[in-house]
Amino acid sequence: MATDLAIETTGLRKTFGSKVAVGGLSLRVRRGEIFGFLGPNGAGKSTSVKMLLGLVKPTGGHAQILGCSSENVEVRRQVGFLPEDFRFYDWLTASELLSLHARLSGLSLAQVRERVPAYLDLVGLTPNRDRRLRGFSKGMMQRIGLAQALIHEPELVFLDEPTSGLDPMGRHLVRDIIRRERKRGATVFLNSHLLSEVEITCDTVVFIKQGEVVGTRDLRSSPEGEIHVSVRAHNLGQEILPGLEQWANSAQILDDHLTFSTDSIDFLPEILRYLVTSHVDVFEFTPQRLSLEEAFLKIMGQDAGL
Amino acid sequence: MSQLWIIANVTFREAARRKILWTALLGAAAFLSLFATGLHFQVSDAHFARIAPVLRAQILSSILQIGFYAIDMLAVLMTVLTSVDAISGEIASSTIHAVATKPVHRWQLLLGKWLGFAAMIAAYVALGVGGVVAIGHFVARTAMRGSLPGAAFIYLECLLVLTLTFLFGTIFSTLTNGVMVLGLHGIAFIGGWLEQIGAVTQSERLLNLGILSSVIMPSEAIWRRASYIMQSSVARTLDLSPFASRSAPSAAMMLYAVGYLIVGLCLALHRFDQRDL
Repeated sequence: MATDLAIETTGLRKTFGSKVAVGGLSLRVRRGEIFGFLGPNGAGKSTSVKMLLGLVKPTGGHAQILGCSSENVEVRRQVGFLPEDFRFYDWLTASELLSLHARLSGLSLAQVRERVPAYLDLVGLTPNRDRRLRGFSKGMMQRIGLAQALIHEPELVFLDEPTSGLDPMGRHLVRDIIRRERKRGATVFLNSHLLSEVEITCDTVVFIKQGEVVGTRDLRSSPEGEIHVSVRAHNLGQEILPGLEQWANSAQILDDHLTFSTDSIDFLPEILRYLVTSHVDVFEFTPQRLSLEEAFLKIMGQDAGL
Repeated sequence: MSQLWIIANVTFREAARRKILWTALLGAAAFLSLFATGLHFQVSDAHFARIAPVLRAQILSSILQIGFYAIDMLAVLMTVLTSVDAISGEIASSTIHAVATKPVHRWQLLLGKWLGFAAMIAAYVALGVGGVVAIGHFVARTAMRGSLPGAAFIYLECLLVLTLTFLFGTIFSTLTNGVMVLGLHGIAFIGGWLEQIGAVTQSERLLNLGILSSVIMPSEAIWRRASYIMQSSVARTLDLSPFASRSAPSAAMMLYAVGYLIVGLCLALHRFDQRDL
């Protein structure tokens, strides 16, 4: 079934006894998008990903990937997955591991012969192709795990903490690979705690808490994100607040300080003009972009990750 | 179907690398060496040569029976210890995630693993039984009757134990799984002895208790069938070895064991298909 959505879930729910792991996840991920999936520890991210991959059976709701049910085995020919802590039989060499996963993904022997060296090269493991996994560092395991997730050139790739255990060179490599996947037209579903990585890689991010989407941010159309403004001024009266509401959110006055947030940098001159015409004497006007990390903390609250 | 064979192949290679298998092989080698030495001492003993040929053959047959019994016991233990974490261990370590997210049906994953272990166990049983037969032939110039069907029954017993280990592996943790399978095999073992004693003392209640234990876990009944068909009728009467069988479990019990295995495997497949990984 043709659809422009790589992932679509409606009220996806998972409970373990009386514990609700995912409360009702509704997501829409467009094809070709680099999608960030953010949330504190225990937010239900891993369980959600496992449901999308058919590892965990949902208690309720629906999930479709590439237009098919998430429990459809055949659709997995077009899906790649790097688990958070990738591990496999450690007596296999890097080449053997990739050959095995390529064959399990349905590639022909000719394709396996062609792609194994190419993907070992892609993740920088060619010199270690005949080395057994038991001698691999955590970073090397992540690299070989990444290669097995991509070797069949899937349409949809799930990367669960792909930079975990990687040094700066390795993290740079992962960014390059994600860009390469975008060029190829693949959809990448990225689950990462490194928000700075997500910020420079993803097109869209969603924030989830207790298994439900509590915020979305389109990093492509508004890369600057939310702007936090701090103003030091005299003659600040509560009467100016209603007028600010057309551009600003959560404006507050405390003595000689006014703070507010706004969604676009284009509003700043108009806000300043409004304050001056309202007879406010402005001494400082300091806009600060709200980073993804700050947005994360703001959405999740201070108890995030507990 | 190719996915099934890929998984069977990699499981066989994984199982063949387990230290416990090599320990069990060393154990079997040590036992066979001791067995060969003991048999050699027996046949070269001057007193043994003076025993009537008919009785001498029965004694040799009984010694070989001990050999088969030891191989059977080692094979069952090796089966449980190598396969006990094949499912639960890979789920706990998340190793299974990389394979279960490939275009592989759950039944292919479980059955492929089962076939991989079944192949490894076949090799072990063949080596063990082959070793006893070879020692009998080269050291004592004697052959065990029915050793081929006997080996097949020993293999069936191991497959039954393997199937239970897989079934419990889809439900319980590795440790619980091992305790349960060995516990059930223990019940079968005790039940088998009760049935043997019941046959000697003609106690119907003991016989029924033994049969009940075989219904719960037919592994020991399979061994006793194997043991029975490998004995001569004279040896059965003389009852020279405590490892031999005076009474043979019926063909119906063997059919029951095969049915038990098939149902167990189907339950394991169903349970694995339904569970979260």
